[in-house]
Amino acid sequence: MTTTDTELRTPPRVSGEGDPSGTGHLEELRRDPIGLMLRTRAECGDVGTFRLADRDVVLLTGPDANEIFFRAPDEELDQAEAYPFMTPIFGKGVVFDASPEERRKALHNQALRDKYMRGHAETIAAEVERMIAQQPDGGEIDLLDWFAELTIYTSSACLIGKRFREELDGRFAELYHDLERGTDALAYVDPYADIESFRARDRARVGLVELVQGIMDRRAPQPPPEREDRDLLDVLMSLTGEDGTPTFDADVITGMFISMMFAGHHTTSGTAAWTLIELLRNPEAMAEVVEELDALAAEGMEVSYQALREMPKLEAAIKEALRLHPPLIILLRVAKVPLEVGGHTIPVGTMVAASPYVSNRLPEAFPDHDAFDPSRYLAPREEDVANPWSWIPFGAGRHRCVGAAFAMMQLKAIFSVLLQRYRFELALSPDQYRNDHSKMVVQLAQPCPARMLPRKQRL
Amino acid sequence: MKITVDRDLCQGHGVCESEAPEVFSVSKDGVLTVLDETPPESQRAAVELAVRYCPTHALSIEED
Repeated sequence: MTTTDTELRTPPRVSGEGDPSGTGHLEELRRDPIGLMLRTRAECGDVGTFRLADRDVVLLTGPDANEIFFRAPDEELDQAEAYPFMTPIFGKGVVFDASPEERRKALHNQALRDKYMRGHAETIAAEVERMIAQQPDGGEIDLLDWFAELTIYTSSACLIGKRFREELDGRFAELYHDLERGTDALAYVDPYADIESFRARDRARVGLVELVQGIMDRRAPQPPPEREDRDLLDVLMSLTGEDGTPTFDADVITGMFISMMFAGHHTTSGTAAWTLIELLRNPEAMAEVVEELDALAAEGMEVSYQALREMPKLEAAIKEALRLHPPLIILLRVAKVPLEVGGHTIPVGTMVAASPYVSNRLPEAFPDHDAFDPSRYLAPREEDVANPWSWIPFGAGRHRCVGAAFAMMQLKAIFSVLLQRYRFELALSPDQYRNDHSKMVVQLAQPCPARMLPRKQRL
Repeated sequence: MKITVDRDLCQGHGVCESEAPEVFSVSKDGVLTVLDETPPESQRAAVELAVRYCPTHALSIEED
């Protein structure tokens, strides 16, 4: 290959990089990541480069480039190094991402398998009832705080165990929120930079370890519970080395719990909030969903797995909220081998990105792409199935979110309880609700109030 | 009908096994085995549910 050929095949670079000695697009990524990614596609097409400090990031968009991204095995595109902002959150020794092989095993171990879903559906419905019981007459709630607290209880109860969940209250949710806020993209320069969000992150992690240590101290002198009542903490505490010392201390166990809950927490919480906001912005869609739920209730359907999957209207509304407001707007990998995508070569060591936000709104795949239109998921359109490499709120391929089925079931369980008991009103003007993109973990910008009003009891 | 599995996509959730246990088996560590790649028509309804509800869209049916 001649030098000229190589130069021709280098991916184009997006504008706005600034001085070569500066941090490139880092500040823009911290301020307006969606604007940066949309401009990259507009200027460069399917393959375009922006720069985070001393690393180039090649953003792949469009179904062909996405398919290459999502089909690549870990030996070609590796996740482990791509998310430096997660290391201080999980702690040392808790890996961010497992290999596809380990993920398959995790599916079994972490009770995400299909056969456990019915039990999880019942657990989740019970947690929603408990949240409601705190304010049975409704009132104003903050959508971020409310769903973030609820999903702390649901994910801890389902993934770690009910015994552990009973030890938690709003404090755990608040500390967890500070962890999530500690995901500033500045971590690409220095994950331990002296900024407030990183200091709050580190204080929150210390606070969580103290909470878990307290639970362990209370359990230690007690006899172990019956086998069926044990949770993951009991199991981890029972493991000892040959000399009888515990295998895991509170710090490592906390890191494991944080990592198990992380992927399913802000994602589910944010999607619940956005589903509700979009349904309130679109009263006709809300009416159809409520009618669907009322019909199931009239048939005496329990909130069980079988009932949960036969809710095409609610499912379509959730999918559409996920398409328009994907909880992760950028997915990252590091090239381990030279890659060729769309006639461009990507050198070893380059970061490679895909964007659920950009892909989910491709006009070619999704007619009227900015509109909330749940009917796009109903037969015969089925735009999610028809565009497997563009409809990617859960990613795709071998690293596709292993919790996707659990998440969808959880959201349906949440809304089947909530919308049968309450009607909701937005407390701000509908266009005032937006996401805060200043951190890699996207959250609803506060304030985000809504009113919750009891529906008349049906006889 | 013939069943095709996209091995890049399968994550071993076991939904197919729940829907059509005579056709699919998923091991404890999540490895899928297709017990009958060309199942009889009597299995069609179950296999179609498995294809439809596969969380990663890894399954498809090819008609003869």
